[in-house]
Amino acid sequence: MNAASHEPAPLLDVAGLTVSFATEWALVPVVTGLSFKVGHGEIVSIVGESGAGKTVALLSVLGLTDRRNTKIEGSVTFRGRSLLDLSEREMRQIRGREIGFIAQNPMTALTPVHTIGWQIEEQIRVHLNLSRAAARRRAAELLDEVGLPNPAKALDLYPHQLSGGMRQRAVIAMALSCNPSLLVADEPTTALDVTVQAQVLELLRRLRLDFGLSIILVTHDLGVVGEMADRVLVMYAGRVVERGPTDVIFDDPWHPYTWGLLASIPPLHGQRAMRLASIPGTPPSFTALPKGCGFAPRCRFRFEPCAETPPRHEQGEHAALCFIDSSDRPRLREQILYPSSDRVA
Amino acid sequence: MSADSTAVPLVEAEGLTKRYLIDRTIMPGSGRTLYAVDGVSLTVRSGETLGLVGESGCGKSTLGCCLTRLYDIDGGTLRFEGMDITKLSRRELRPFRRRMQMIFQDPSASLNPRRRIGDLIAEPLHVHGIRSRADIPARLRELMDLVGLPASYLERYPHEFSGGQRQRIGIARALAMEPSLIVADEPVSALDVSVQAQIVNLFTELRERLSLTYIFIAHDLAVVRHVSTRTAVMYLGSIVETGPADLIFDRPAHPYTEALLSAIPAPRARRAEASERIILRGDPPSPLDPPVGCKFSTRCPVVSERCRSERPQLRPLSDGRSVACHFPRPASQDASAHLHASHGKMLVENRTSIGGTRLSRSERTSQTESMVDGHPPPERYR
Repeated sequence: MNAASHEPAPLLDVAGLTVSFATEWALVPVVTGLSFKVGHGEIVSIVGESGAGKTVALLSVLGLTDRRNTKIEGSVTFRGRSLLDLSEREMRQIRGREIGFIAQNPMTALTPVHTIGWQIEEQIRVHLNLSRAAARRRAAELLDEVGLPNPAKALDLYPHQLSGGMRQRAVIAMALSCNPSLLVADEPTTALDVTVQAQVLELLRRLRLDFGLSIILVTHDLGVVGEMADRVLVMYAGRVVERGPTDVIFDDPWHPYTWGLLASIPPLHGQRAMRLASIPGTPPSFTALPKGCGFAPRCRFRFEPCAETPPRHEQGEHAALCFIDSSDRPRLREQILYPSSDRVA
Repeated sequence: MSADSTAVPLVEAEGLTKRYLIDRTIMPGSGRTLYAVDGVSLTVRSGETLGLVGESGCGKSTLGCCLTRLYDIDGGTLRFEGMDITKLSRRELRPFRRRMQMIFQDPSASLNPRRRIGDLIAEPLHVHGIRSRADIPARLRELMDLVGLPASYLERYPHEFSGGQRQRIGIARALAMEPSLIVADEPVSALDVSVQAQIVNLFTELRERLSLTYIFIAHDLAVVRHVSTRTAVMYLGSIVETGPADLIFDRPAHPYTEALLSAIPAPRARRAEASERIILRGDPPSPLDPPVGCKFSTRCPVVSERCRSERPQLRPLSDGRSVACHFPRPASQDASAHLHASHGKMLVENRTSIGGTRLSRSERTSQTESMVDGHPPPERYR
């Protein structure tokens, strides 16, 4: 799966990314020490609950955060260029052309006052030296590519005339318009119904297969992750608490937060549990992050050391930030999978 | 869970219809009719949880609002504990209102931001006058305890709470009336998974403690399977399949139910056996212009001529469920039941019994396409 230990430089290399927002009182870190690589044709998924810092991480990689109140440290290297050092002008040439972006809500990603054809043409003409007619032909091709029925006619439709799934496909068409090598998708299917979600996921898989597209997929749906991703980063309170190849994360997760996430999804087959394993409490606020392990206040296995910064356990590509010793893991995880004396959360 | 089957059902709907006239101008006879709920019949017995699933726009929320008479009903009959409440006026409905309560998807939209939690929960108690003023504070504390919130929160405002806590408040307010029926419309879809599990558990707990009956509307099939004793699957305003939850999830008989279940993304390891998936093409047709025959015929992978001309009625199968399909998958010879217990292999096993599901690309018809997405070997990644 991971061919030849990354001999060619990865397409995107994010190292030690820390993003802080300036508030009236203090500089609040929202993403802390995020590092990951995306290889060619690879799908890397970032999972976590809302407020984990997933979207902020993406936006700062794309240079879309407000420079006046955001402090970004670390490095982001895309095809050998350091994105954080580029000017706004240079960044604009990369965004939309080499890196495509799919936002969560297709309705806010499209302007309601222009037809989708106009919007796709605009992006093509900004980045590529094409005539209006050629851009229009290309837009129709793209809409056909993403499976919109009757693409020539769809060009003249306004976003409100399309269904949610069709809108999301129009957004994907726009993201693909300049043949980007990296697609950044922020919860691309969250707003969609399952049957439409299946269509969109299939489309993304096919694009990877046909064009060798690399994809960063941000989602909170572990089913989507399991189906799509080659590698997974699990984020909690701004940090990656666990990372590894998808199969490993699903088969042998190390971090109690990952255990909780996996266990809180009701199974579709087999025995129905009386109670779902849930994670008590709610994610912490960034202004009041606990010292030491960010997950400790909600973790049922916390013990004294958790007040310190957790160590990083590593084994090949699999890594987790947790104090729990590898020999204790199976026994503890058992308690989450088969709760016998579960207390009310 | 209680309730013998001979008792009067709590809710009984027959041919329930809700329609909207749209594009209407001053010209008489203008406008088109949209059937949001199209002749739905269902029965909910006391102690049951009926899960209502379907894609957005299929009419499940409208049906929920019709069942509590928040909307007026345009056709059919609705009985609550045997009483016909189809045509009751608002005033006549009052005594029934407190017996059936709703919980909505977005708890922040249903809580007035300018009022304290205590006032919000107490309001229905005042309106219905079911507690004397002096008893209300004690009742409020009891309700907060029931939904797992400290009583001190009664003094706070809605914005001070997280999504999960707000949903608990919404539940407390519904419980204030001591209802026997709760219609929950997507109560957990706005919540994060870990919090969602907490609220789902709260629902199950309350059902047992207060012997409640739920109609649980959701698009998340896994959640619906977890909470419901019976499930009804809706498509374009009609129920296409209904029956015991385990039966429907383990052995769907309607091709739409099957497609819906197979569309749920699942981790590869668990999918390894289920190497095929039905991907429906396109979107559901507009309810303004539903297909003449079976409503699902435009997207059905096993459509036949008869489906395009004749609409199938919901009729019972031998195994206790009802299906609206001319060619339901037979309740069967089920060797797969043993398999699925261990590995969830049943999807494949079952799918083979719908003969026509596996169409290759070349066999697609113009209207319907069933793409079989092979689960390709790992080398596809490079």
